[in-house]
Order: sequence, then structure tokens, then C-alpha cells
Amino acid sequence: MSAPLVALGDTEAGSGVRPPARRRRLRQLTTRDRVVLGVMIAIPTLIQAVFVWIPTLASIGLSFAKWDGLALSSIQGNGITNYRFVFAESPQFWPAVLHNVAWLAFLAVIGTPLGLLLAVLLDQKIRGTRIYQTIFFMPVMLSLALIGIIWELVYSQDNGLLNYLLGTSGTSRAVDWFGNSSVNLWAALVAATWRHAGYIMILYLAGLKGVDPSLREAASLDGAGARQTFFRVVFPAMAPTNVIIVVITVIESLRAFDIVYVINHGTNGLELLSVLVVQYLVGETQVIGIGSAFAVVLLVISLVPIVLYLSRTFSTKER
Amino acid sequence: MADTSSGRFIMDRRSIVKGLGLGAVGLMSAPVLAACSTGGSGGGSSSGGGGGSVTFGSNASDPVPKKAYAAFVTAFQKKSKDTVKVNTSDHNSFQDKISNYLQGSPDDAFTWFAGYRMRYYAKKGLVADISDVWSKIGSNFSDGLKKASTGDDGKQYFVPNYNYPWGFFYRKSFWQQNGWAVPGTFDELVTLAKKMKAKGIIPIAFTDKDQWPACGTFDYLNMRINGYQFHVDLCAHKEGWDTPKVQEVFTTWKELLPYYDPSAAGLTWQEGATKLGKKQAGMMLLGSFITQQFTDAAVLNDIDFFPFPSVKVEGTDAVEAPIDGLMLSKKGGQNQAAKDMLAFMGSGAGQEAYYAVDKSNIMTAKDADTSGYSAFTKKLSDVIAGAKNISQFFDRDALPAMASNVLEPAMLNFIKGGAVNLKNIESQAKTLYAQQ
Repeated sequence: MSAPLVALGDTEAGSGVRPPARRRRLRQLTTRDRVVLGVMIAIPTLIQAVFVWIPTLASIGLSFAKWDGLALSSIQGNGITNYRFVFAESPQFWPAVLHNVAWLAFLAVIGTPLGLLLAVLLDQKIRGTRIYQTIFFMPVMLSLALIGIIWELVYSQDNGLLNYLLGTSGTSRAVDWFGNSSVNLWAALVAATWRHAGYIMILYLAGLKGVDPSLREAASLDGAGARQTFFRVVFPAMAPTNVIIVVITVIESLRAFDIVYVINHGTNGLELLSVLVVQYLVGETQVIGIGSAFAVVLLVISLVPIVLYLSRTFSTKER
Repeated sequence: MADTSSGRFIMDRRSIVKGLGLGAVGLMSAPVLAACSTGGSGGGSSSGGGGGSVTFGSNASDPVPKKAYAAFVTAFQKKSKDTVKVNTSDHNSFQDKISNYLQGSPDDAFTWFAGYRMRYYAKKGLVADISDVWSKIGSNFSDGLKKASTGDDGKQYFVPNYNYPWGFFYRKSFWQQNGWAVPGTFDELVTLAKKMKAKGIIPIAFTDKDQWPACGTFDYLNMRINGYQFHVDLCAHKEGWDTPKVQEVFTTWKELLPYYDPSAAGLTWQEGATKLGKKQAGMMLLGSFITQQFTDAAVLNDIDFFPFPSVKVEGTDAVEAPIDGLMLSKKGGQNQAAKDMLAFMGSGAGQEAYYAVDKSNIMTAKDADTSGYSAFTKKLSDVIAGAKNISQFFDRDALPAMASNVLEPAMLNFIKGGAVNLKNIESQAKTLYAQQ
């Protein structure tokens, strides 16, 4: 629907003076136009409904029901029992919330700034910058299985690189990075940061390229140092990128799943909300009502940053 | 890393869901969409001996079991002149999708195992009653096996192929050297473990990274303290968790904790078996599949077995020996050729055809030719044959969500800290079982 209107806008801007007759003609859509527009609206709406709205509403409905997953007729109301299970009975729920929060804090305080640092460094015209960019971006492209193997090599208690470097390899003091529940969350967070930083780096590199060079020149003419130029001029100029980065960091910490899943299926100190959803919805251990309740809780939490982002986006537009 | 090397076992069922990129919303849709898929039946069916055709859904995706089932099918086709079409699926995903499979267009016959879910699908009417097959093959099986093949309604739904016992494994030569004797009672076990610890080795190679191995110890202690029937009732949640009986299991278990591997929480059973092989550990409670880990023939020949010692009641009558076998879908129940195939599975000839390829298990039919068994296999087989009751594993005997999501994490915490919150387990069990 937006395409013709944008074209109209361009014409207006280009021609300056608008011939009124032409404008009226453009507003009167032919039947064909209307059909085309109708189809263009209907298809995304249908996709949206089938893949987003219906499943979401069904999940919310199922979270108040009990169902063995067999005949549809066997769905029965279950009140708030499933939510009582989630909040009061499941011993994994509150640790999972805590771990998700820790995930967010770690990525926000360490992962994202590290990505920014890498981007700023690689944005200088140093030799081999493309090679470094590729290296740092590599983790984002690697498959789940490969990531598991790489970190197993680093963290393994008996033959791992880390225990070797610490000099504890083969001794009884060797740290079991994945098995010891007091350290495995941190081990997983380091692995997550390794991936996250590369992602953030690419986004900021693109953001830095978009900053008008004349801003920097002006800043240096005014006598600003490199640090001042960056924090006072360049960083604020990247405001649109910064908003996206904040949203991505929040989303990444909410949907964190794969790394803990390859480590130990998200158990023993690595519980996350996403893991609980999978545990109760996928496979043999499925208990649909409870799994849906976990999913709805995750959905509600996810809505907070989404709503904040959207309200910001729309309020900017209105201005 | 996820352990998938022993795909044959139920505990490895957690298939990898690639990322949560789908998002919570996408995941939520899975059960809804899946429930909508109902389809017609495929594959032919006919009646009478010879000339019929059977479709056979197999979860034997690992090379050796796959070849073994192929050998079984070939032998059946030769004998009956029926044709069998085998559809092999990945082991773990077959298990995960069984509900949809049985409601969609299942094969006539399919691989499955005895336990809670066998009885559950029987109760829901998704599998066929094969009591008529059992009237032919019944005399070929022990009472324990027949009980394990029977649904809640007293009818049979399952034909056993093989099983494998759980017990303590150890190195004979290592024990002889040190003058250690096989413990017959729990107190002797603790005394022996104390001696081993004094010698500076790990007495019991306990490994619980994958969380399911702890079920073995729990089941045995429960059956030795409260009896087999209590185990069955507890698994079905006819008995409560918040009871002195279950408390006693954990209190007794606590006596063993000082003799476990201190890093048990982070080790896989394969790593534990390796320690046993290297004489760094004295013994290990596991299923007989432990022998797969000993590739050195000298070590393998040195491995011996003893049943879990008696504790309080029923001596060592019950043995934990998960049974794998075949079932018929509802549609397969109309197909005489499929019933013939299950009857063949229940005969010595059928099981021998399978065993000829996959020798890591014990045949279950009485008339199966066991002359090819090694002394060690014979010992395992005798333990099962002599058992009054055969339990499956906790995660086969109980609701899977109860096992994986509730008891296994609770047991891991118990192993680490020595405390268990039975009240909480009971309240979770109540909610979970009420949803079935």
C-alpha cells in the first residue's frame, strides 16, 4: 500500500508545484488498483494471522487449560493451575528469570560495549581490518553444533584449553566449567559474549560509516580530542543505531537458548525461560498447558521492550 | 555437548531444537498445528498367511540396530511370504513425535518400549490390542515380561524383543588384587566403598551430567526398600512423594554420596565408564550398554556384573531391565500379516535373527538359542530370567515430564547438596499427572 504513496510523495517533492488535476486523478484508484492493493494487504495480514496472531491467542488460551495433546475435544479448562505451577511450584522458574536477567546485564555491560570497542578500533584505517572483521564476525555465522565443540575444547575439565592455561589440567583442582553450577553460567556468558560482540560490531561499523565525516572535522577544528569527538559527537550522531542495538541486546538475552542447550540442555545452573518453554512443549516431556503458561510469561516479558521500542518509533514519526 | 552416542536409549530423547529463533510465539503454535494434522492411512493390508503386506515404522536409526531389524524383516519375509516395507526414522525424533505419529498415518507395526507410555497409548486407544498374538506366544515369556507387556486393562499391547539389565559393573582382576568381595547387602556395599576410598580411588563412578543415570540408583533403592509394587504405584502417582517411604529412599541414598565421584554433576556415563576401565573407580551402576565403552578386549573380558544388593525387602527379586520391542498401531491391528510379524518377534527364530547382528542385548524369548552367549552375557541373562519383577527405567515407567523435568533435576541437586524437597516434588507431580 505504501509504495504508490511514496511515489506520489517523491513527485511532489521533485516538482515543487503540484498540478491539482493530477493529484485528484491519482487519488481515484481504478478497480484494478484496488484489487492489487487488496491482495497486497490481504496476504501479509493472512500470514500475520496464521503465523503470529492465531498461535499467540491459542497459546494464551491453552495456558488456562489442560490438554493431553491428542483429540481437540479433550481440552478442558484448568483455571490458573498452570500459572500456579510456573510461579509457585516449578523450582526452575525463578532461577531461570534470574539467569535471563544476568544474561541481559552481562551483554549490556560487557558484550555490547565490547562490540562497540571492536567497531571503533576496526573503523580506523588499520591494516588488515577486513580480516579482523571477518574473524570477529565468524562466531555469528557458525552453527550450533560447531559452537558446542569449540567451547567444549576450551572448557573441558580434563583436556580443556582453559584448565591447561591455568595449570590445573589433569589435577584435582581442574575446574569443571560446564558441570559446576557455580561457574557454568559465567562460562556460558563468555561464550555468548564471544558471539554477541561480533554481531554488535558489524552493526556499529555500519553505523560509524553513516556518520558524516564533516562532523568529525568540525569537532577537531573546535579542538576536541579523540575521546571527546567520539563521546560528544560521533556516538550521539549514531542515535538510530544505538536504539537498534539496545533492542537487539534485550532480545538476545530473552531468546538466549542455543549455547546453554548445547552445554547441558539448560539444566544444572543454566536454566533459562526459553529452555523451560522447550522442556514443557517439545517432545515426550510435553505438558501443553504448563508449557503454554511458560511461553505466555516469556511473551509478556518480551512485550515490554517491544512496546517501548514501538512507542518510541511512533512518537518520533509523529514529531 | 549433547550426548547422542547411545541413541538407542530413551534418555537421549531430547532432540536438539535448533535455536529458539522461531521465538516463543512460533513454539507455541507447534502443538496447535500438529493437532490439526490428521490423515488417511497408507500402506496395504490383507489377511491370511502369505502374500500380505506390512508397513513397519522403525526407530532403529543407528547402523547396528538398523541392520539387525533388516535381518529380522528378511527372516520374517522368508518365513511368511508377506512383504514388509520398513520406514526408518531418526531415533530421537521418532520418540518425540510419537503422539502425532499415532494420530496421523502410522505404520502397521512400530518399534517401542514397555512402560508408562505404552500403557498410556493403550488407554487412549491409539494402539491395537494383541492379546490373540499373546495367546500363541505367551508360553515363550516369563511372567515378568508378560506383565511388562500388559496395559492397564489387562490386555497385551506389546511384544518384547530384547532387554538389558542394570546393575553394578566392575573389573574382576582389580577386585581380586585387592581382595574385595561382591557385596550382598547394602551395608556390605557401604563398607566396601569405605575401603576403596581409603585406597584413594573413587568407589562408585557416579555420573549425572545427562541427569537420567541417577534414576537407576533411585529405582533400585526404592524397590529394595519399598518393593516393586510401590515403584509401579509411585511411577503412576498412585502413591505420594511426600511420604516417609520416599524419604527413606533418599536417607539411605545419602549414605552413598561420600563415595561418589566428586565431579559427578559434570560427567557423562562414558567418562565414568572410562574411569572404571582405567581402574580409577571401583564400580559403576549402569545398564549393560556400559560394555560398548570398553573397546579394548582385555578390559572388556575383565568386566563383571553383580546385582544391586538387597536393602530391606524382597531381597534382589526385582531387576531393572528396560525392554524394547514392537507394537501395532490401531490400523495395524486389522492386518493379519502385521500380527504374524509380531508373533514372529515373540519367537526364538525372530529374536535370533535380530541378535545375530546386534549382540549388545539379551534376547527375551524362552526358546531363543542362547548357546552363542558369552559367560558374561549368560550371567546378565540369568539375572533377568531369575527376576520376579522387571522394572523399566524411571523415565519409561513414569510420566516423561515427571522424570525429566521434575525428578531428574531434583536428584541432581540431591547429589550435589544432599537435600531434597519432597513436598515440592509432590506438588509438581499433582499438577503434571492431573493434565494427562
